[in-house]
Amino acid sequence: MRKLAVWKFASCDGCQLTLLDCEDELLSVAATIDLAYFLEASSARGAGPYDLSLVEGSISTPDDVERIKHVRRVSRHLVTIGACATSGGVQALRNLAGVREFAAVVYARPDHIEALERSTPISAHVPVDFELRGCPIDKRQLLEVIGAFLAGRRPAVPAHSVCVECKARGNPCVLVAHGTPCLGPVTQAGCGALCPAFNRGCFGCFGPMESPNAAALNARLRAAGMTGDELARVYRTFNVTSFGGSSDA
Amino acid sequence: MTHKTIRVGGLTRVEGEGALLVRARDGRVTDLQLKIYEPPRFFEALLRGRAFDEPPDITARVCGICPVAYQMSACQALESACGVTVEGALRDLRLLLYYGEWIESHALHVYLLHAPDFLGFPSGVAMAASHRPAVERGLALKKAGNELVAAVGGRAIHPVNVRLGGFHRVPADLTPLAGPLRRALRAALDTVEWVSGFDFPDVEHDYRFLALRHPAEYAILSGDVAVSDGTAFPVHDWPRHVVEEQVRHSTALHARLDGRPGYLTGPLARYALNAPLLSPLALRAAAEAGLGRVCRNPFRSIVVRAVEIVHACEEALRLIDRYVPPDEPAMPVAARPGVGHGASEAPRGTLYHRYRIDEDGLIAEADIVPPTAQNQARIEDDLRALVEPRLGLPVARLTELCERAIRNHDPCISCSAHFLDLSLRHG
Repeated sequence: MRKLAVWKFASCDGCQLTLLDCEDELLSVAATIDLAYFLEASSARGAGPYDLSLVEGSISTPDDVERIKHVRRVSRHLVTIGACATSGGVQALRNLAGVREFAAVVYARPDHIEALERSTPISAHVPVDFELRGCPIDKRQLLEVIGAFLAGRRPAVPAHSVCVECKARGNPCVLVAHGTPCLGPVTQAGCGALCPAFNRGCFGCFGPMESPNAAALNARLRAAGMTGDELARVYRTFNVTSFGGSSDA
Repeated sequence: MTHKTIRVGGLTRVEGEGALLVRARDGRVTDLQLKIYEPPRFFEALLRGRAFDEPPDITARVCGICPVAYQMSACQALESACGVTVEGALRDLRLLLYYGEWIESHALHVYLLHAPDFLGFPSGVAMAASHRPAVERGLALKKAGNELVAAVGGRAIHPVNVRLGGFHRVPADLTPLAGPLRRALRAALDTVEWVSGFDFPDVEHDYRFLALRHPAEYAILSGDVAVSDGTAFPVHDWPRHVVEEQVRHSTALHARLDGRPGYLTGPLARYALNAPLLSPLALRAAAEAGLGRVCRNPFRSIVVRAVEIVHACEEALRLIDRYVPPDEPAMPVAARPGVGHGASEAPRGTLYHRYRIDEDGLIAEADIVPPTAQNQARIEDDLRALVEPRLGLPVARLTELCERAIRNHDPCISCSAHFLDLSLRHG
């Protein structure tokens, strides 16, 4: 049986938890692929190499830089899961400020804390075979990715915007109908247009779509009353690196 | 002088990264350090300069296992700064959302992370080979919790529907949730019976407990802070009583309570301080499981968690039964400069947040004290008491015992700054 490994770097554990949250499918997934290395779920540490490695979290310490190279060496396919691994995560907000300043806010002895100046995606360090977006990732997309790699094909994951999902779901456009700031037009689909279904604007959990027209959206957001500071902040959340960390994303 | 160093890879079936160093001389433990080397993520720093209403969405990302706890403590801290108290049906909905998180998080820990320790399996999935009905029951229970979180919060991990003052949208009807929750309640009662039959090491510790206490509820969403020595204080006095300090060996801060380290928060603390307020079925299940009035055996925390799942299911059903949709999905909350404190009972223990809002409605300061940072020193005490009389055991056996002792506390290491690298040095 082929082997699956799940690795964690700087993150909240939410994306690997998504695998355990496949309550109806977990035991059948385990019957199809050997969960050889998955520290959150098992004390058994099956030896590599692994056919598929799912990597959660961003690279944020000197040790991480070495460890991800090891993960790449022992993995036939490496798939990053979630905003931290594909974009640096919320902890990449340090990239805009400075890690020393951040450490000084949290720790009395920041000199005792080992952290890199920047929090970076996995692809900045090693070749990645596929990036699954989301903060957190979507359960159905995760099962699609595992199934696709088992079948030896590319995962069918859309690259279009959340707007398409919104239309499919029949949501009224919160931006047009309510003037609510929404990143849907520039954000990749995957969540099922969740936030607009809850009467709020998209805040970009899945990162930028394949060809975002941020300039057009930003003009609309300014017209709806957003200030420059607000506009900058709305892009600076969980995908700050891939959105470019600014309102010019 | 002989030196012996043993290493075991990262600690498993916990959330986060950690290691343990033990030094011993003449049969006595001279030094014991639970090292949390989870990379620091600097939430308290990155919140500075954000809009006052952003922390619920941002701090949810501290923990994928208990995002609701982060959202609830953040909301209450910020609402208190702005002079707003959420009551009535909106508070009921928050409680309901939180019960969903308790059910999924406790079911995850009981079935997939903790029970394998008692039955001799490396994982819940491996356990399914010979205990399939139990594992399926656990997964169904966990699913019921996740579905409840998704129904009220929009998504099981990092819910999107929470906002200051209440919700973005309130459900029109909760009755479809009742059927699955009634089945979950039966599964939870079966869980108590199942886990209470496990073989528990005969260990008791003289814990100093800390938990929220509410006059009318088994405190989850709110309450004063109660300590087992009989003292209590309002949440806004937290900084006067609980002080965090940095220790050299860990990226997680250690908390002291009234000048002393080593107190415990979480299921054992809540049970010790609030058991009479458990729901009727949960109380009966606790009595039948032989828990007693106070449980000081950390290995039996799995029973307390199971009892808390019963409570969460029963209370959730009660809330669904009495639910009338509120007229507005949220109370208005306007930013005002000032400081606000909030605390709630995450599945792993008391989670405290403090924020200072500035004149521009931005976060000027943020302080988050997660349960694991509070428990870390006490977990070290548990380990010391466990290891010292057993220093003669083979290292592999000792490591396994230590891992079990740590898992008793379900430490969420990703929150507090993964798992076990045991170095045992005999000096």
